[in-house]
Amino acid sequence: MDGQGQDFKWIGKRTVRPDGVDKVTGRANFGADFSLPGMLVGKVLRSTHPHARILSIDTEKAHALPGVKAVITAADLPDIPSEEAHFGEDPTDFRHVSHNVMARDKALYDGHVVAAVAATSESIADEALGLIEVNYEVLPHVLDVEEAMKPGAPLVLEDLITGGVTPTPKDPSNIAKRVQFDLGDTEAGFKKANMVVERRFTTKPVHQGYIEPHAVVASTSEDGHTLVWCSSQGHFMIRAACAKLLGLDVSQLRVMPAEIGGGFGGKITVYLEPLAVLLSRKTGRPVKMVMTREEVFRGTGPTSGTVMTVKIGATKKGQITAAEATLAYQAGAFPGSPVGLGCMTAFAPYDLENVKTVGFDVVVNRPKATAYRAPGAPLAAFAAESVLDELAKALDIEPLELREKNAAKEGTKAPYGPRFGPIGYVETLQAVRDHPHYSAPLGPNQGRGIASGFWMNFGGQSSAVVNVNEDGTVVVTLGHPDIGGSRASMALMAAEVLGIDIAKVRPIIGDTHTIGFSDITGGSKVTFASGMAVVEAAGDVVAQLRERTAMIWEVEAEGVVWEDGHALPASTNVGEFEPLSLAQIAAMAAKIGGPISGRASINAKGAGPGFGTHICDVEVDRETGRVVVLRYTAVQDAGRAIHPAYVEGQLQGGAAQGIGWALNEEYVYGDDGRLQNPGFLDYRMPVASDLPMIDTVIVEVPNPNHPFGVRGVGEVPIVPPLAAVANAVENAIGVRMADLPMSPPHILAALEDKA
Amino acid sequence: MTKHHVSTTINGEPAEFLCEPQQTLLDVLRDELNLTGSKEGCSSGDCGACSVIMDGRVACACLALGVEAEGRSIETIEGMAEGETLHPLQRLFLEEAALQCGYCTPGFLVAAKALLDRKPDPTETEVRFWLAGNLCRCTGYDKIVRAVLSAAAEMRG
Ligand code: FES
Ligand code: FES
Repeated sequence: MDGQGQDFKWIGKRTVRPDGVDKVTGRANFGADFSLPGMLVGKVLRSTHPHARILSIDTEKAHALPGVKAVITAADLPDIPSEEAHFGEDPTDFRHVSHNVMARDKALYDGHVVAAVAATSESIADEALGLIEVNYEVLPHVLDVEEAMKPGAPLVLEDLITGGVTPTPKDPSNIAKRVQFDLGDTEAGFKKANMVVERRFTTKPVHQGYIEPHAVVASTSEDGHTLVWCSSQGHFMIRAACAKLLGLDVSQLRVMPAEIGGGFGGKITVYLEPLAVLLSRKTGRPVKMVMTREEVFRGTGPTSGTVMTVKIGATKKGQITAAEATLAYQAGAFPGSPVGLGCMTAFAPYDLENVKTVGFDVVVNRPKATAYRAPGAPLAAFAAESVLDELAKALDIEPLELREKNAAKEGTKAPYGPRFGPIGYVETLQAVRDHPHYSAPLGPNQGRGIASGFWMNFGGQSSAVVNVNEDGTVVVTLGHPDIGGSRASMALMAAEVLGIDIAKVRPIIGDTHTIGFSDITGGSKVTFASGMAVVEAAGDVVAQLRERTAMIWEVEAEGVVWEDGHALPASTNVGEFEPLSLAQIAAMAAKIGGPISGRASINAKGAGPGFGTHICDVEVDRETGRVVVLRYTAVQDAGRAIHPAYVEGQLQGGAAQGIGWALNEEYVYGDDGRLQNPGFLDYRMPVASDLPMIDTVIVEVPNPNHPFGVRGVGEVPIVPPLAAVANAVENAIGVRMADLPMSPPHILAALEDKA
Repeated sequence: MTKHHVSTTINGEPAEFLCEPQQTLLDVLRDELNLTGSKEGCSSGDCGACSVIMDGRVACACLALGVEAEGRSIETIEGMAEGETLHPLQRLFLEEAALQCGYCTPGFLVAAKALLDRKPDPTETEVRFWLAGNLCRCTGYDKIVRAVLSAAAEMRG
């Protein structure tokens, strides 16, 4: 099913994306592709200590080097107060963002920026960094989440008081907050269970791994206005953060969205951007800053490493009576791990009476954790969906059947509060059962696993403008960076509403001065929220086209209907008129009221929750411990697939990232607190030869809150794979892998333990 | 620092540039010649975003020096289309949605072209291993591999 053949002319068509040609010819401009005359090169100096007090920074020698135009440290940034910032799914604090961008008083992780320079060439900038003298007092550090939670652990932030507990603790600790979600009474629920399975899981931080490193160009004019070109998941977010961190008016900053080379949540915050703005303001020259891959690994976003315990009880017949999870997530050096989202999503696919999830957000001397695709959810699902499989085995019930018996449906009260409207979880389970993959034979040392995943999906603020050109072509201006083909879906929706050929619709991403505020691209919101804005703006155009036609025909606007790209009389009572096409009306616009332009600025509500279920086959080499994924199928409810090929792409890409997370990827730190694998050779992401084709099935249970039924699709696909792979490995070799990654040494150790 | 004068051929046309001895070919292409289609993802030869064809062989421009271009012939993504006509690989990448963010795309296209130039009839496994030096974080490779196989089939006629 992919939405084709229904009543739609464009929705569900696999059109070529409007930005496509530029991307296959090398013409598309990404963050680092932009240059200006007289541009300086900006570079940062990073701490190599995981935890150290900055006693002094002497920048004199660096300043004196010919070609160096500015050197900045935290002393050059305002010391801003705490203030909640809403970039992504989880709030953060502008003060922490500021301290993360440039260390103040203490360096909190290997890779933390302590100073920055702008110079006339890269080699001079590099030389200048070497001339900056930082006097550190090295402090004891803590990397491990459980160590960090212990009393007496080195304090990462000396004034951090645990939130979410009463009474409020008097002493600081590394526990930033405790969260809890309750439904029913788990104690009573476990008493009713015939079987209870409990297990502890651990995972390592992994990086989003976007191939484009962070890059920015900032240019300031004499009147104090700064233009910024950068790739990010939200140019309005970049503007807000730079303004707040530097004490500027928002209107002093104009941020131009470059094409973005992947983000997956890792580009919903600022790193270099405020520094580039400040350096350009200090020097009066354009400044370009680009991270190296090593800097990306050491200085930007991994997601949390975790320690998790999950306990699930069920009756003999497989009715789940209670489920509990305790999740401790590393936040990195500043609060804000996605543990709350982990708690909310852990058991969300199931209709349960008794649920308790407790989460701890814990700071450690690692880079500040940043969102990574369905932040927090894949981890919690890894634990929950692994325990479910164990429980099914213990009860001698097919794992798929256990899920079917307990599946959430319309009306189910989610463990985190709301009642679900129409959802498609059961449909994904049915599609798995019906798929030939599910019953295909397996060979020796091979195993099959299934797992499900949930993401609530987000809406939010979104703006769109639809301008009708004088020849009847249309420009759709959007406010969210297009990270994976959203311009294609927006064009389809606009063409559908206007009833014109897709070739006549040109979608572009506006900059912060040309389109209304729009939230970040994240939370799987764009096709949903931006789509709603586009539909509304295109509807506004249709209303104007009807009014203009009414003027021409000298009838009431209600007497004109819009069908298939033409104005028609609503009935014969209105009169006999030849249909007018959009192009015909556009050509006359000047004489009948002026330009035709539709707009919408909305706060989209009612994002439909998304569910997916994956099937994974693996083969385990008992000699080397290597796990190979042989076959993979991802099933997901997309509500309505606007552009099915890009929905499939999301499913495939999310699955591949999840497989990498399950099998290989991890941040490796030495006892010295330094990252040992800050490169693609040692931080091994899946390559083409590691993976099979990834089959997809799109289920469509429309979201009633969207004009075309769209649900977000981008995040769900990374939720099931961790457990799907682990369940497959268990079925292949009879060993439950509770610690990620399931890399060859870990598999071999587990096999040895078993023997 | 004294700069070196280099004469080379880029996308079939003679080109000259000045570069520092330690400057990589990738930096020269991007910063000196404004050919920014070749991307930098790692600078260590691990992602393939900078892939170019040098005297018929695919190479990581981040691992070559600008001075090594002397007397050689370099093909970059900018030279892949013939005028307005896209190379079948480019067209099929579009038609089969083999890109999401598109950052890895130039490198994949260049590497895939080098493959099809030498082996017009690769198997899926051959495509996967040939492209194992190119990282894509968005697509899971499925549509990329399919597009390369489709292009190969089309080019064989
Ligand atoms: S930039 Fe050359 S291989 Fe990554
Ligand atoms: S399409 Fe984004 S890295 Fe390949």
